[in-house]
Amino acid sequence: MRLNVPISVGGWGRFFSRWDLLAVLLILGLLIFFSEASRHLLQPLSELQRQPVSLDPANLPEYAARTTLRMLVAMALSLLFTFTYATLAAKNKHAERLLVPLLDILQSVPILGFISITVVFFMALAPGRVLGAEYAAIFAIFTSQAWNMAFSFYQSLRTVPTELIEASRNFRLSPWMSFWRVDVPFAMPQLIWNMMMSMSGSWFFVVASEAISVGNTTITLPGVGSYIALAIEHRDLTAVGYAIATMLIVILIYDQLLFRPLVAWADRFRFEQEPGVMAPRSWVFDVLRRSRLVDRLTRPFAVLWRRSLLARWPERADAAKRQPREPRHPWITFQWAAIVTALAAVALWQVVSFVTQDIAFADLVTALLLGLATLSRIVVLIAFASLIWVPIGVWVGTRPRVANLVQPVAQFLAAFPANLLFPIAVSAIVALKLDPNIWLSPLMILGTQWYILFNVVAGAAAIPAELRSAAVNFRVRGWLWWRRIALPAVLPYYVTGAITASGGSWNASIVAEVASWGSEHLEAKGLGAYIAQQTEAGDFHRIVLGIAVMSFFVVVLNRTFWRPLYQYAERKFRLG
Amino acid sequence: MSTDLLDIHGLRQSFPRADGGELLVLDGIELHLAQGQIVGLLGRTGSGKSTLLRSIAGLMPPSAGSITYLGQPVVAPAPGIAMVFQGFALFPWLTVLENVQLGLEALGLPDAEIRKRALAAIDLIGLDGYESAYPRELSGGMRQRVGFARALVVHPNILLMDEPFSALDVLTAETLRTDFLELWSDGKLPIKGVILVTHNIEEAVLMCDRILLFSSNPGRIICEIAVDLKQPRNRLDPRFHDLVEKIYAAMTARMPTPPRIGTAAGTVATSIDTILPRVSANLLSGLLETLAAEPFNGHADLPIIADELHLEGDELFPVSDALQILHLVEVEGGDIRLTDPGRQFVEAGTDDRKKIFQRQLLNYVPLAAHIRRVLQERANHAAPKSRFFDELEDHMSADDAEQTLRSVIAWGRYGEAFAYDDDSQSFSLENPT
Repeated sequence: MRLNVPISVGGWGRFFSRWDLLAVLLILGLLIFFSEASRHLLQPLSELQRQPVSLDPANLPEYAARTTLRMLVAMALSLLFTFTYATLAAKNKHAERLLVPLLDILQSVPILGFISITVVFFMALAPGRVLGAEYAAIFAIFTSQAWNMAFSFYQSLRTVPTELIEASRNFRLSPWMSFWRVDVPFAMPQLIWNMMMSMSGSWFFVVASEAISVGNTTITLPGVGSYIALAIEHRDLTAVGYAIATMLIVILIYDQLLFRPLVAWADRFRFEQEPGVMAPRSWVFDVLRRSRLVDRLTRPFAVLWRRSLLARWPERADAAKRQPREPRHPWITFQWAAIVTALAAVALWQVVSFVTQDIAFADLVTALLLGLATLSRIVVLIAFASLIWVPIGVWVGTRPRVANLVQPVAQFLAAFPANLLFPIAVSAIVALKLDPNIWLSPLMILGTQWYILFNVVAGAAAIPAELRSAAVNFRVRGWLWWRRIALPAVLPYYVTGAITASGGSWNASIVAEVASWGSEHLEAKGLGAYIAQQTEAGDFHRIVLGIAVMSFFVVVLNRTFWRPLYQYAERKFRLG
Repeated sequence: MSTDLLDIHGLRQSFPRADGGELLVLDGIELHLAQGQIVGLLGRTGSGKSTLLRSIAGLMPPSAGSITYLGQPVVAPAPGIAMVFQGFALFPWLTVLENVQLGLEALGLPDAEIRKRALAAIDLIGLDGYESAYPRELSGGMRQRVGFARALVVHPNILLMDEPFSALDVLTAETLRTDFLELWSDGKLPIKGVILVTHNIEEAVLMCDRILLFSSNPGRIICEIAVDLKQPRNRLDPRFHDLVEKIYAAMTARMPTPPRIGTAAGTVATSIDTILPRVSANLLSGLLETLAAEPFNGHADLPIIADELHLEGDELFPVSDALQILHLVEVEGGDIRLTDPGRQFVEAGTDDRKKIFQRQLLNYVPLAAHIRRVLQERANHAAPKSRFFDELEDHMSADDAEQTLRSVIAWGRYGEAFAYDDDSQSFSLENPT
């Protein structure tokens, strides 16, 4: 199954609409608001004590459990966000125009740059300081999970087959019932794949968000991330090894206990009714389904749930659905316009006062130049990773038995937080006295290259047997085979993987361009390093500048390069 | 009037168009459904018959006019009007039983009652034993039975059927039709009236008490035909055959656009805003060859040649329309006849066929001539597709404009009148050499 594209790729024509600009403005305004608030809140927290984290491996199970719990809470929040935000965007035309570009831009904001700002903000909000740091970590994880889930749900809601909608209206299901009986089931398979994607991605951020220094404040939450930070400080490779092993086990358990069962369960919601495709299996799911105890325990909830679905709803539900065909009351449109205008004005005021306050033109130029440095790294790395993984992916994908072995491994590697491996690489760079400008770069793509691999494998596996037979029959082989058959067939899949990899690499640059090993500090010149340094210095204005510039690079790259490439690949090379 | 289940008066449906104008889909519809009747809506694609059915189902409030069900205006889905869908519209994540129960759950009935009624409906429609199956495990025929059971279980007064048999193979469709008619005639169905949308002429004659014929663009009722044969009806009955013939004649009497002044009888003049049917050059020559050969020798009854080619009416009409537009045949009173160019075409070899086709295309399809003229006038002999698309969209919906362009591209390629490159979405005069 192919993952859907993590950016908005619909719509031809202009690269930016005025709604995009509005979205940019709102997000920038929000960012500045947070940073301004944080700047004033920072001082009273400076005396905060570190949480004692110890390198004793006996503590690792507890740390792993706490790290995992943060992920779960964030996932629950992301689901809530998905069900509300995406539903609103899909069902309300006015909301849609703003919410969709907003989501698209949000996806481009580098979360790691964002953490420092929110940590201070949340710590000031929460009465107990540790709780505040927990909020901030969970918020950071949430921002790494929610956007693509909401995007996938929105896209699913927009593609529910008309006949199903008509049938549910014909049988007069209440909106609540048709949401749970039609919309959610239809969206479920895609949503679960995106949840898995989000989970994979967010291990990276949970690890990064547990040990943060902003200015003089160091916040350490007990977890695998802070454990590894401590290990780095102590130059303890054995402890790093323990952390990596723990994480491997945790991800394995997570996969077996949560996602396998979910995927097996969601299989029933597949809409395409093609026969002959192997249904995904999960032993946990089988056990749960067959167990009498589980059945007895869950029955009361199931009954309650059914009751809520059956509850009669007031008749006006249908009146609301009819609305779009008739012109809306002008005052509703007016109200909506007024709200949007007001929000835009506030955001604009924030941005203007921010820019005139403290940011010199020279700062902007510096950030842009550093952005170009990071951009060139990413371009080279993606090209490099493609050269390696595309041929391997095609080779694997055209051999079903190998693919069945490799595919789970690649997905697992994508889930593994690559930043846990950084200390090993960094200690090697230090020991061998290599140039950090070059040798730190591969870390950026360490965790994200797997998206290219498993998408290409999926693409190669999807080449119809008939086409492959035809190639054999006409004796098409060698370079001709690659040029005319393999590469075109996997292109749409490759692009999907490369978009994900490139987006992830920007984010990773914030932790990959600066690295330390004990007292040794390595630094590569780039925008990621810039954001990391400003975070350490507690300079909120330049953090915001760095984030804004990085978002700008990501958005421009998406709109001018990836989106057209994706549309071209979809139009020309999509099979079937 | 009080016996009428449904009254439709002066119904009009239109949709907003991209350029701000409106696209008229249905106009001046009058329909009355009495108790115990099956009324058929018969027309070609684009005649708005499905739109009418959806309006009755309350899925589309009327743009003008009124729909009255048991004295109440229909503006939202009404209780007592249930629908059977062309693509079944079953929920793939619900079992047969759960699919059937869905409508009852929405009514808020007690669990025991829901179960009893659902099982009764499943029993009635012959789905016993399949209760726990998922739709993907069933054949098309069984799926549509679930569709019927799901509609019947809510005990609707009116059953709406949207081409319910058209996604099934011939044999399965016939079985399902017969089963339905048997239950209906025996009074075993908990329904009082049926409205059936179909494009299959024989199906309409087989099932309906009254048939309303629709014209296209916009959809209007052109005539009403009463079928007073007794159920079960026999396809071999000469009266059955006469009715089918009569409907064919009525449906070919009116063409997509009214004939212009100065056109010979049986042919049709088009202008640039005519929606062209999407028919491949292969089908066109196929029909011409069959028509020219024994036993037709250039002249045939439409139902008979449709049978010979294994085409249903709805599949035949676009082909005969296209040939008529190109002046390769004449169609009148349910008959189809080769013209002189048509006969020349059949007798010619591949290259000459293309020359004849090009001549007919440029002479009788103004859009093709227009494209060619524009290409000739331009210095580089090329023009983007969007140029013509925008022009067409002033006169028709975006979908129709796309279809018309696709048709003219296919015909232009066959006749080598111009070339089209899909990558650059542009027309040109040069073919790759």
